[in-house]
Amino acid sequence: MTEIFVGKSSNLKDDAQIIVRGARGEIGVFRHEGAFYAYANTCLHSGGPACEGLILPQVVDVIDENRAYRGQVFDETRMHFVCPWHGWEYELKTGVCVGDRKQRLRKYEVVQRGDDVFVIE
Amino acid sequence: MTQKTPGAAPRDVRFDEFHSQHSLKNAAIAARKRNYQDFLIVDVDAHHYESESYADVFEFIESPVIRRHAIESSRRGGRSSMLGGAVGDQGLGGRITRHWLRGKERVEDTSKHRDITTTLRWMDAMGVDYCCLFPTPMLFLGTHPQVEIEVAMARAYNRWLCERILAHEKRIISMLYLPFNDPDETYRMVKDFGDKKGVVGFMITAPRYKPVHDNAYMKTYRLLEEMGKPISFHAAYNWSDQSLALTNRFISVHALGFMWFNMVHMTNWVINGLPERFPKLKVMWIESGLTWAYSLMQRLDHSYMMRTSDCPALKRKPSEYMREMFFSSQPMEIPDDPSILEATFKMIKADTQLVWSSDYPHWDFDLPGVIYDQPFLSEQAKRNILGGNAARFFGLDTAPVKNIPIYE
Repeated sequence: MTEIFVGKSSNLKDDAQIIVRGARGEIGVFRHEGAFYAYANTCLHSGGPACEGLILPQVVDVIDENRAYRGQVFDETRMHFVCPWHGWEYELKTGVCVGDRKQRLRKYEVVQRGDDVFVIE
Repeated sequence: MTQKTPGAAPRDVRFDEFHSQHSLKNAAIAARKRNYQDFLIVDVDAHHYESESYADVFEFIESPVIRRHAIESSRRGGRSSMLGGAVGDQGLGGRITRHWLRGKERVEDTSKHRDITTTLRWMDAMGVDYCCLFPTPMLFLGTHPQVEIEVAMARAYNRWLCERILAHEKRIISMLYLPFNDPDETYRMVKDFGDKKGVVGFMITAPRYKPVHDNAYMKTYRLLEEMGKPISFHAAYNWSDQSLALTNRFISVHALGFMWFNMVHMTNWVINGLPERFPKLKVMWIESGLTWAYSLMQRLDHSYMMRTSDCPALKRKPSEYMREMFFSSQPMEIPDDPSILEATFKMIKADTQLVWSSDYPHWDFDLPGVIYDQPFLSEQAKRNILGGNAARFFGLDTAPVKNIPIYE
């Protein structure tokens, strides 16, 4: 087991995106609402840098009580990160692939020792 | 323990810089692992954004009147202009970050057009030796209501492309845009540009409303056949098309539109017996994926056996003619069940007729791995599809010339 240094917690602002190098390839580390999340930086689609894209909320169709479509909104409680190569989206908190929930990115544990943040590989 | 490997320092994800090669680092690593440096890879459909060079391209417009319209109307972005633009957000609301970061790419070498440098950067990262470069906004020019504007822009762009790009870089080739709404100008384009350096054929953008079997085009097909230059149909959509206008999301108009126009042109091409009239004319169908051809072959063959009197020019089933044409692979559908993909490859005779394409830098680009990683293909079949078939189609040298960067 290896601990890979990510950075000083005091320097990692909310919505920070950091890439570190592990033995099996790059790992993307996100800070969101104070918590850290880390995933393999390799998209399940065609190997793109999945953790190097935008962080955006889930888009939701608004359907009213009569089942009529009333536009689209962002659901800020369900944040995604988006592979910049082709747009595959993953849940920020789980790494689950939004388009096919049977697939998910490899997840890594993140630990904090004092002000230092590490990914465990 | 804490890893302290030199060069492994954490890095921030940045949205204020871009490099065509570094953004494809993972593709370069994959290319090295698969030994792409050992064999030819030809990308038969890649793009640049000619609109970024419009100031220069417009200077090549021959008519001073149209040139003035082009220059003046382009100065007021966001308003209507001489060329207009297609509706549809290909960049997925900014999710395809290279689309808006590309303007930040630095090119130090000013001795040649920056498109040459940026194109070679992504080509090397993917492992591509030659790419057939096409425009982007001009893919929609075939629906322009003013025929003379299509002709003027086609001639200006083709001259600009030949002089600014193709003349300076042998790894970049092109099938030049044909102003198909004017049959005489289409013929003149082939006459005037067929022998230019890097011109390996001619391309018709598919969204348009002129039938390919119109007698007015026969002299052009004949000329192409005599010159040994292929013809291709590059797919796109037209959201104003009466049927496609029924769709309300980009995913819908894209999925249907990129198949629809090529299905219509292919049907007309075959049923009117053009393969019999021009048996040596090489034909390629670009950017419709593969399943449309699989489907259309079966549809036409089924009806043909009952209605041979509708198409007496045919001496064989429609699918037999289609199987002698070439199909670009992107966007290659990858079904969950690989046996379906294998059957699709078999149906279109992929070993000899399928040619890989990336469509880079567009939003749904493919890497060579979509072919190379298919377990049902032999090594020879992979190499044919990735480069050998295209080399035969275009008459290219088969020696690899790329330089895949090393990142690991």
